[in-house]
Amino acid sequence: MSTRVTINGKPHTLQSDPSTPLLYVLRGELALNGAKFGCGMGQCGACTVILDGKPVFSCVTPLSALGGRSLRTVEGLGTPDKPGRLQAAFLKHQAAQCGYCIAGMIARAQALLEQHRHPSEEQIRAWMEPNLCRCGTHYRILAAIREVAQEGLA
Amino acid sequence: MKLRTIGIAAAFSATAAAAVLGGLYAWTRPAPIAMSAGAPAAPDPAILAAGARVVALGDCMVCHSTAQGAAYAGGLPLRTPFGTIYSTNITPDPETGIGRWTLPAFRRALREGVARDGHLLYPAFPYVHYTRMSERDIELAYQYLMSRTPIRVEQPPNDLLFPLNFRPVLAFWNLLYLRPGDASIPARQETPLERGRYLVDTLGHCASCHSGLSLTGGERSPPFHGGNIDGWDVPALTGLTQGAAPWRHEQLVAYLRGGLAPGHGAAKGPMRPVTERLADVPREDVEAIATYLLSIQQPGAAGTAPAPLAAPAQASLRSTSPGAQLFAAACAGCHAEAAPMMRLAGRPGLAASSALQGDSPTNFIQTVQQGIPWAHGSPVYMPPFADVLDDGQIAALAAWIRTDVAGKPAWRDVAAASAKLRKENAR
Amino acid sequence: MSGADLSRRAFVKGGALVLGFSLLPGAAFAEFNGMGMPPVADALLPGDLNRIPWLDAWIRIAADGKVTVCSGKVELGTGVRTALIQVALEQLELEPGAIRFIGGDTLLSPNEGFTAGSHTMADSGTALLHASAQVAALLRAGAAARWKLAPDTVLLRAGRALAPDGRSMHYGEAVAGIDLHRMAARTSPLRDPARYRLIGKSLQRLDIPAKLAGGAAYVQDLRLPGMLHARVVRPPRPGARLATAGLDAALAATGQLPGVRRVVRDGSYLAVLADGEWQAVVAMNALAAGVRWEGGAVLPAPDAIHATLQTLPSQDIEVLRRGSVPAAGTEGARSVTARYTKQYVLHGSIGPSCAVGQLVDDELTIWTHTQGVYPLRAALAELTGMPFEKVRCIHTEGSGCYGQNGADDVAADAALLARAMPGRPVRVQLMREQENMWEPFAPAMVTQVRAGLDAEGRIGYWDYELWSGSHNERPGNAGKLVPAWLLAKPIAPSPSQPMPMPEGGGDRNALPLYEIPNARVVNHFLPVTPLRTSAMRSLGAHINITAIEGTIDRLAALAGADPVRFRLDHLRGQPRARAVIERAAAMFGWKAGARARPLRGRGFGFGQYKNMMAYVAVAVEIAYDPDRRQLSILRVACAADCGQVVNPDGARNQLEGAIIQSASWTLNEALRYGPQGIASIDWASYPILRFSGVPERIEVALIDRPGQAFLGVAEAAQGPMAAALANALAEATGVRRHALPLLAV
Repeated sequence: MSTRVTINGKPHTLQSDPSTPLLYVLRGELALNGAKFGCGMGQCGACTVILDGKPVFSCVTPLSALGGRSLRTVEGLGTPDKPGRLQAAFLKHQAAQCGYCIAGMIARAQALLEQHRHPSEEQIRAWMEPNLCRCGTHYRILAAIREVAQEGLA
Repeated sequence: MKLRTIGIAAAFSATAAAAVLGGLYAWTRPAPIAMSAGAPAAPDPAILAAGARVVALGDCMVCHSTAQGAAYAGGLPLRTPFGTIYSTNITPDPETGIGRWTLPAFRRALREGVARDGHLLYPAFPYVHYTRMSERDIELAYQYLMSRTPIRVEQPPNDLLFPLNFRPVLAFWNLLYLRPGDASIPARQETPLERGRYLVDTLGHCASCHSGLSLTGGERSPPFHGGNIDGWDVPALTGLTQGAAPWRHEQLVAYLRGGLAPGHGAAKGPMRPVTERLADVPREDVEAIATYLLSIQQPGAAGTAPAPLAAPAQASLRSTSPGAQLFAAACAGCHAEAAPMMRLAGRPGLAASSALQGDSPTNFIQTVQQGIPWAHGSPVYMPPFADVLDDGQIAALAAWIRTDVAGKPAWRDVAAASAKLRKENAR
Repeated sequence: MSGADLSRRAFVKGGALVLGFSLLPGAAFAEFNGMGMPPVADALLPGDLNRIPWLDAWIRIAADGKVTVCSGKVELGTGVRTALIQVALEQLELEPGAIRFIGGDTLLSPNEGFTAGSHTMADSGTALLHASAQVAALLRAGAAARWKLAPDTVLLRAGRALAPDGRSMHYGEAVAGIDLHRMAARTSPLRDPARYRLIGKSLQRLDIPAKLAGGAAYVQDLRLPGMLHARVVRPPRPGARLATAGLDAALAATGQLPGVRRVVRDGSYLAVLADGEWQAVVAMNALAAGVRWEGGAVLPAPDAIHATLQTLPSQDIEVLRRGSVPAAGTEGARSVTARYTKQYVLHGSIGPSCAVGQLVDDELTIWTHTQGVYPLRAALAELTGMPFEKVRCIHTEGSGCYGQNGADDVAADAALLARAMPGRPVRVQLMREQENMWEPFAPAMVTQVRAGLDAEGRIGYWDYELWSGSHNERPGNAGKLVPAWLLAKPIAPSPSQPMPMPEGGGDRNALPLYEIPNARVVNHFLPVTPLRTSAMRSLGAHINITAIEGTIDRLAALAGADPVRFRLDHLRGQPRARAVIERAAAMFGWKAGARARPLRGRGFGFGQYKNMMAYVAVAVEIAYDPDRRQLSILRVACAADCGQVVNPDGARNQLEGAIIQSASWTLNEALRYGPQGIASIDWASYPILRFSGVPERIEVALIDRPGQAFLGVAEAAQGPMAAALANALAEATGVRRHALPLLAV
């Protein structure tokens, strides 16, 4: 049985077993690299994607729950050559060390900035709390988000 | 505790009587008590430690602090259908806190629900329970709170609609519900059972949540038959030994002190912060609470023997039912038999969870929607699924888990209940 | 420890059973030193040229002019690849995008051992600096010869050799007839740092754009045609063996699951291979649920570990003796004694380790995020019984490892499973709990310090001892790899060795840089300890610098001196050390004698990594909430001197990250374990710092030293930050804590 999902603006009919967590569908059937495996339990956020405008852990999101819904991943926000606004800010601040957590960070931050045009520092920190970074890049991640929070996404 | 339900019907039905009595009371309103001349002398460390213990058992910090703000400086909003009450600053700041309160003023607040300057306090502050504290405990709490660093912060005024913003209404309410304690209450409790009764009734004020509210907004009597707080079902403490998984003493102690009970599950929702404070009090106090709770058990309404817990269903994750498919992807990573949390950390299986065993799906829905947030030092955490699963999917999940895992008959109207809770949670 | 053959030994200490991980194997495999490198060929050559002196090992130029730069050091997420490229291309007058860079490939790159110890810029960067300068000179000479001009008239610019009259040629033409396979010269025509165009510039990292937008960047992103997905099933605790009852049925049942191609069992080693990744996960879970384990080590409890460590057999290594220190009990009035401890700390890589292996025509290729492709290759050759030259390890990035994590173990899994499915690429991904339970942890340590002032109020004596297990369990032999222990014919690890000074292991930074006339430092190296341990960013420096700097603060107080002034007074012969201390203090606004508000504290920490590498000073201000037992880091001021800075922003990025990571270790981190095994199976049972714990303000200043040696910067801040926090908390609460993590519940 197949599942119809809009991903980064395009309709897809996915063939993976509906009981597959979205993370494995993204990385397997769709060969997308952004969302990453970090824990598989919704504790670290490396797998974060945007579902109907909200950040979710794709590692615990069933494919069977996605029928008719709209999904965005970091690939849909921009490319290495033409980064989106938030990606450009991360690039400018060099907000990455190993970089493994960053796609999840960008997805979560994007959802914040779409819902709250100019979030405060406290709001940014609280919003990003579910995502872990082990290298200690938090300071620069906040700087990148703050920059876009001041100017707005568009 | 963000949301406190106060019976809507209470105020309306009682308003008339309240207005009359309230007017009488206002005419004879309690007198202010003079401010103290200066700061009290710093007591010795043993007194302070004893006072800290009393205050932890009374759970003062939970209501009198916001997550970001200084401890005991107030500001926590408690939402009612008539508006919002903000907890007060009980640090010893002279202007914005209780810094100029004498011991008699403090005692009166706990025993009678009256502030230093004579105004009546809302029973969101559970003085109907603190009233039966011993003199010694009141004094220890006073000494401890007065020894803390004053924090100067003016909390927002309450934002209530009529009639609740008319404090003399409370005089009437007190007539109904306040059974004041006095100095005759003994300072020590001789046995664990007595200690437990004392803690549960007074400092712990467990009945505030575990009794539910009557139409007039007071706690139901007899107490402990369960209720609803902040959108969560609160279990009856009189039914702990019934059902498929009767609570044992050591499980209660583990639950209250650590937020996690072997054979049952984790503390969630409004109970979680209670367990965080109880982690700080001496173990013997929690043991006493458990002893007392087990002494108040009553047989089930239907009087039937508890049904034996079915062997944890080896629910097949390969079932093609929608609920099983959702479970396999969303839940199995922690809750399946082979998952590390189960296989290595020995967590209790879902079948034993009271959220699944209860007659109402409320707590199951709340847990799935909200998860269990990160708390400093606690190994318990669950991600929220409100944005992942819609109400129909939560219902499908509930249907499968309830029957295939918990071995109980399906709940009804789960999708509607989920939608309702989702709306309330969003407020 | 006697040289006698060690059979498996169990020590019963305080009710806990200690299982030794050191078994003398039948054939030890000890070709490599601690850094896994070939021996020195010419000690007078700079950097790793001294071990790999051929120019074309580093820089190759094809006939068409395409340049390839090679390094044996790998990108661990520190940005060092970009920095190495900056160094290599400075004098080759090329832009980073115009070259091919190969890091860490046993077929193509030089053997520089492990990427560890902050050696990359010092060793590989220096080699590339000189090799590239010499190749540039050869290019100019080659072009000049073809044009029949004097070499000093030829320039290199924008990837071409230029004659004064405007003729140009690409590098392939310039180097034609010149064999770059020659030994490097001992001196090089180096560019004046004042004219640097790449070195010292904050070039944006070359790898970040792909990482921001879902480009393939990690070994986890490798997708090869026909690739199978594998998952392993590990025992619940070290030493447990697979029970045979019901095993065959479990294996058979797993083999029936959708997508499963093979179920592998060898002794207690279990794995499944499937077409799809989720299918492999489902099969792994089914297999894990269906098998039973017996036995295994009973681990001690964390609160007994330090007492246990101090009673284990030790190699007692005196690393410093200068003058004489008073005997215990005769210290005199102005003395301090303290015992500092730390618990086991998890590397906690965000992405659990992963590797891909493929066996084609008797040649095994492993794509791995190991820190050392050559030592790993040797170990995998031993594991599989294959000749060295038939095994190739290609470094492909993983998530940050901060030392030895599960990378080498999962590479061994990939090797074993690739051989089980010849021709098919096999991708093995460890699960979160597998990474947590089986990675080698940063060792728990105990340190004991006695120090005192002389009549003038200067430090008169210093006596320091430490107890620690191994900080280096990298291959080495195949027995250093977890899968090898599980096979029906297990391979034992070669005996653990202490890491010699001046770099040290547990004793790294155990020698205070301060000028102290009488000092003694002893490293009690414990070859056998209850848990598997290995290197983690800064090794012993984390606790040693914490202990030293805490003691310095106490001595300063006894002397009635400001802590910063006191440090400066004992570093009179160390101008670079003084410079970072003064700079950090100035940035912070450190005022002698300032009184902090209640529950607020300032703290200072300083260290020169290994007393040889980068200098770092950190000042912090914190606020402590005793009700919630939480600490807020209000601001951090850090000054660092890492010699010639190659990429300033990259260096600052590393320092900021080290500050935050060290804060997490120092405040909160302790591995949970008990008789049943490792309990820190996920992030809930091993919490690390989240956004809520990040300092409000971090300032990092670099003191650039143009023309000086590259010193590396990745590990230099761990100790000073930890020390500053411990000192600040002591001021905030009036109580000095000696046990890390500082906020242990």
